[in-house]
Amino acid sequence: MRRALGLFAFLSFIVFIIAVNISLRPFGEPPHTEMDNYFIEHAQEEASANNVVTSVVFDYRGFDTLGEATVLFTAVSGVLMALRHYGGKER
Amino acid sequence: MTTTIIRTTTKILVPLILVFGSYIILHGHLTPGGGFQGGAVFASGLALLIVANNKEKVKELFNKVPLSQLESIGALGFLGIGALGFMGYTFLKNVIANSGFLFGAPTPKGINPGYLNTGGTLSYLNIFVGTKVLAGLTSIVLIFFLILRRERDEW
Amino acid sequence: MNGSIFVNFPFIVVAVLLALGFYTIGFKRNLIKVVIGVEILEGAVNMFIVALGYVKGGYAPIYTQAPPEAVGKMVLPTPQALTLTSIVIGVAVSALMLAFAVNIYRHYGTLDVTKIRRLRG
Repeated sequence: MRRALGLFAFLSFIVFIIAVNISLRPFGEPPHTEMDNYFIEHAQEEASANNVVTSVVFDYRGFDTLGEATVLFTAVSGVLMALRHYGGKER
Repeated sequence: MTTTIIRTTTKILVPLILVFGSYIILHGHLTPGGGFQGGAVFASGLALLIVANNKEKVKELFNKVPLSQLESIGALGFLGIGALGFMGYTFLKNVIANSGFLFGAPTPKGINPGYLNTGGTLSYLNIFVGTKVLAGLTSIVLIFFLILRRERDEW
Repeated sequence: MNGSIFVNFPFIVVAVLLALGFYTIGFKRNLIKVVIGVEILEGAVNMFIVALGYVKGGYAPIYTQAPPEAVGKMVLPTPQALTLTSIVIGVAVSALMLAFAVNIYRHYGTLDVTKIRRLRG
């Protein structure tokens, strides 16, 4: 019974995905590009780097990167904590 | 799973991988790549070094490597470079660009051949984030390796 | 609604990967396979974000030694930056999930989801 219910949910999800896929915009024509055009035009004078992706990651969205570094630190300490009984005295 | 072939191949490959990772980190503001990708490449080289040796050799190799200290240096360096922006501006403001320090030369506008001495704060942030990512990923691989090798020492 | 579905082939790949990932999460019982399903889902989402930012005939958003015709036609940089963030977080999350799987195997002696619920102790 539960398996049949899960199968039904899965099939309806597949139908939803197909419907979304038909009604999406065509590949290669993004709808709103004002912000990205600003980044591409002004990144060299504002962030002083040739690589626009690096400018976005470290300058325009620097707080995002800071949070990501925090997530990585938390995950590493979480792995250390979850396995501390079995690791013994290494590290 | 350490045979002579694997050990010899590792000895040849690991320096190349480490140099390539350092190149990706240092040129993060000019070419595709950056701190995260370069750190991952560097950590993959160290993971190869971990996987291809037996337990005693790995312990001997990584006993002197301060991985957790490197990770803390990465995080604190990121915060410190960000806090440089408080000199008149806001957090993470690019204050080193066009100032004449290391990595402080002005960038020409438009298509250029790419000068390493540009980038301002971005280059420092790339280096610190690369340090942090390589330390974190290497310590994760090292932990799993030590756990698994404790189980079956006959590998 | 733009006629042929084969225009957006990357979106079809994303749909197939999403279906595979949800199937793996929902119907497999081994915890390692569940982790693999989560990874497949994450790859699907990353590919969807990157594919949304593609401009037809665009070049990489990097000015170093770019060809001269690339100036007005660069792909959008923000989705690539967000995907970069997402990839590193995915690595961290998968490592954490595998660590918990190791813990569960030590505690229960099995990785089967249903048996884990039954043993309790």
